[in-house]
Amino acid sequence: MTKRELTCIACPIGCQITVSLDDNGEVLDVTGNTCKRGDAYARSECTFPTRSLTSTIKLEGGREPVVPVKSSGPIPKGMMFDCMKEINAAFVKAPVKIGDTAIKNILDTGVDIVVTNNAE
Amino acid sequence: MLTYDLVVVGGGPAGMAAALKAHENGIEKIIVLERAQTLGGILEQCIHTGFGLHYFGEELSGPEYAGRFIDLIKNTNVTIKTDTMVLDIAEDNTVTAVNNEDGLLKIETKAVVLAMGCRERPRGALSIAGSRCSGIMTAGTAQKYVNIDGYMPGHEVVILGSGDIGLIMARRMTLEGAKVKMVCELMPYSGGLQRNIVQCLEDFNIPLKLSTTVVETYGKERLEGVKIAKVDEKLQPIPGTEEYVPCDTLMLSVGLIPENELSKNAGIGLDMITNGPIVDEYRQTQHKGVFACGNVLQVHDLVDYVTEESQIAGLGAAKYIKGELSDADKISTKGTNGVRYIVPQKINCNTDTDVKLYFRVGAVFKDAKLVVEADGQEIISKKKRKLAPGEMEYVIIKKDVLNNLPADSVINVRVEA
Amino acid sequence: MYDLVIIGAGVIGAMIANELSKYDISIALLEKMNDVAMGTTKANSALVHGGFDAKTGTLKAKLNVEGTDMMGDICAKLNVPFKRKGALVVAFTDAEKDTLKVLYDRGIANGAKGLSIIEKEELKKLEKNISDDALAALYCESAGIVCPYELTIASTENACVNGTEFIRNCEVLSIEDKGDNYLLKTTAGEFETKYIINAAGNFADNVANMLGDDSIKLVARKGEYYLLDKTVGDIVSHTIFQCPNEMGKGILITPTVDGNILIGPTALDVEDKDDITTTPQGLKKIIDSVQKSIPSVSTRNAITSFAGVRAHPVNDDFIIDWSSKSDRLLNVAGIESPGLSAAPAIALYVKNILAQKVNLSEKNSYREERPAPVRFRHMNDEERAELIKKNPAYGRIICRCETITEGEIIDAIKAPAGARDMDGVKRRTRAGMGRCQSGFCGSKVVEILARELGLPMNEITKFGGDSKIIYERTK
Repeated sequence: MTKRELTCIACPIGCQITVSLDDNGEVLDVTGNTCKRGDAYARSECTFPTRSLTSTIKLEGGREPVVPVKSSGPIPKGMMFDCMKEINAAFVKAPVKIGDTAIKNILDTGVDIVVTNNAE
Repeated sequence: MLTYDLVVVGGGPAGMAAALKAHENGIEKIIVLERAQTLGGILEQCIHTGFGLHYFGEELSGPEYAGRFIDLIKNTNVTIKTDTMVLDIAEDNTVTAVNNEDGLLKIETKAVVLAMGCRERPRGALSIAGSRCSGIMTAGTAQKYVNIDGYMPGHEVVILGSGDIGLIMARRMTLEGAKVKMVCELMPYSGGLQRNIVQCLEDFNIPLKLSTTVVETYGKERLEGVKIAKVDEKLQPIPGTEEYVPCDTLMLSVGLIPENELSKNAGIGLDMITNGPIVDEYRQTQHKGVFACGNVLQVHDLVDYVTEESQIAGLGAAKYIKGELSDADKISTKGTNGVRYIVPQKINCNTDTDVKLYFRVGAVFKDAKLVVEADGQEIISKKKRKLAPGEMEYVIIKKDVLNNLPADSVINVRVEA
Repeated sequence: MYDLVIIGAGVIGAMIANELSKYDISIALLEKMNDVAMGTTKANSALVHGGFDAKTGTLKAKLNVEGTDMMGDICAKLNVPFKRKGALVVAFTDAEKDTLKVLYDRGIANGAKGLSIIEKEELKKLEKNISDDALAALYCESAGIVCPYELTIASTENACVNGTEFIRNCEVLSIEDKGDNYLLKTTAGEFETKYIINAAGNFADNVANMLGDDSIKLVARKGEYYLLDKTVGDIVSHTIFQCPNEMGKGILITPTVDGNILIGPTALDVEDKDDITTTPQGLKKIIDSVQKSIPSVSTRNAITSFAGVRAHPVNDDFIIDWSSKSDRLLNVAGIESPGLSAAPAIALYVKNILAQKVNLSEKNSYREERPAPVRFRHMNDEERAELIKKNPAYGRIICRCETITEGEIIDAIKAPAGARDMDGVKRRTRAGMGRCQSGFCGSKVVEILARELGLPMNEITKFGGDSKIIYERTK
């Protein structure tokens, strides 16, 4: 059995949560949290941590050289830098608007990279 | 001379929300003056997500949050002038502004909303010794270079100050391929949101060094390194704890200061703690017809609260223009014992609304009690699991309670540890 | 082939260039940095001294009094702000009161003007924030303040309009005396000239050494300063000295022509002539010392701190003469305080020495007056409206703290010997000089510099060399 210490980010209180995991990485027990959201956060953080990713992407023919983008949903935490490589190699053509898809289904995560600002 | 009912100084989230609210409340002639080339203010360069959880119930990036208000305002008859700088607000509220299309603009108006935002504290205010090389910049300046201009401001980075902008830039620089060596924080606690410490530092194994500061910078042309040191309880560097850290960039995230040069020149009274104007419950300053909201009034932690506050100011300005705003004797508010300040500082005793008092605490408190007293009588008492300087707090005082208080009463908010 | 090469574009080199550009000779002004005024000139107390400090009979004493006399006129011609604010030397003990008398007598002997000794009450009337411990003061009404780099920029600009060639990033590496002329090898190529004026500041000894002249003995003396925000600009209205000691005039506090407050300098002899780092000890010392005069001063209002290195001559006097080793090399060295005050007189003095060997005939075309640069912040509404109508670039505010327009920044870049980097723009226009210290306008200034100079943004520097602001594109 292993234990992991986490700081909960579900709300500003920041509870110190201890998660007990078995040898297969399955969650056995969550303690230290003070609400259900803390429990859920701790379980997902220990089994399948995800993050939303934001960056910029090259804009061709626009007034500015880059335009901001985000992942349309959370991506596996471990794939952040791989996704950055994809984003850095890609570009969009001006004009673009908020919500336009820049990269479809990035690295087969089922998540798109979408534009988050209008640009001419 | 142009004539408007309302001039809004600043087209960021505060200015746009105030203008929209005034418009909704029947004010016809509104003009928003924005110094940048686009509306949106600082949100335009805040490309990370985390905006709008309270107000929209979803997580948006800065430009997306701003974009929603830009779409709304463009669908109204509110006049917008970008690339336009306000130079002066006169005694009679006449606004002088300048841009390169209209030249010098004189605008006669019934009311003004100040929504100029805030600026970052620069290095000079810190008295860090060492050379005057390049590579030392505020986190916000670096953010603009990366996110808007598309240039790397550095490759090996030390960040001083663990406010949210500093934390966000640690992640941002790391994702773009820079090595962020550490974030140093003078105080024994971080000034940023917990989730940013986890997602921006811990995720990337960036050390957060508390009670640590940068004491010296090195490098003749570009920065080559910094010397850091631990500080004692009086925040003074402890001799013998110095450590040299090679880096080409020092980013400063050491506090925000409301930008009140216009307000000062107009003779508007400021609060020594917030560095913003002293206002009543509708965010009217002590200068009649001039309202203030957003980071020019107090530095906020979340843009959602900026929007909320700016709607109050916009409504206040609309009521003022329509002659519906009371000008009665004022109740004062004050923070003591751990509570650094309260906004608003004044409340009309015949007010027509419940009033939310915003404040920040001066230190970290755990399992504390928040006590609100009116003239020494306890009116509210709330248990708080955690209070931290990085997070804005509020309590709501009911209209009935306020209406029953005599003029010149004092409402006091304090922490009982 | 030039008639004359001036090495060093500090206030001394620049004012000499301006003075000599009246005459029909060809002049090159060489500067090793990316801009003028990059050495001692950019970091000193910015004072025009009354002339009671230097030992009677020295060149320092003579040229100080003459220079201070000339300063008003030359600043008017060059359109550089100069204010005769007056200075006070404050005594805190009876022994120091005796020193005041010594200074007074010396000032009279030197020919200094407007001197008087005032007692506590009158001092308190002149300076409401002065310490209660102050007993008396030497009051010098002829003393003033001037911006040293504006004076240098204006002088260089005017010299260039009158035919002087300004060459930047031009460090002299070696000089060969070929009998009738000199061959200079520099980082910007080779130059031939008949005469050389060595105005290389802290490096004047190195330059003289290139021609075998080792007579110039200099000590690099570092001084640290604090600059305070305009919000406390009225904390003093005169330059306030404490009684002098063997290292110089001690820590002073003074208003600047721009309305800020300057405090400093410390005095520390350093090995490295380029050591312009501030130190925790130095910064603390400034505050501790100045609080003796004005107790209410605090770092709360500091907007920046900086340090400069001055060339202290071991013989304690200016060295202005033909070299004993090479007869067409004129050394102008060891120009520490009151060098700025003396600068106009030094230029004239140098001209007279040069005239011993060079035939100086006046040009017909000399432009004496340098037009005032546009200063949007000092204009009234009508003037502003008129200006923007002529050129819309003056309608775009770039630096919000100091109200500096895009038009002014473009002017600074396009001026003769104009700005090539951020600090150059800052010194010429004040963009970035305010309380946010270029936090907001910095990237816009970089953009304008890049556009006007036809360079990518990441080639723009803070002050030349490797002082890059940003690196490669992110994508």
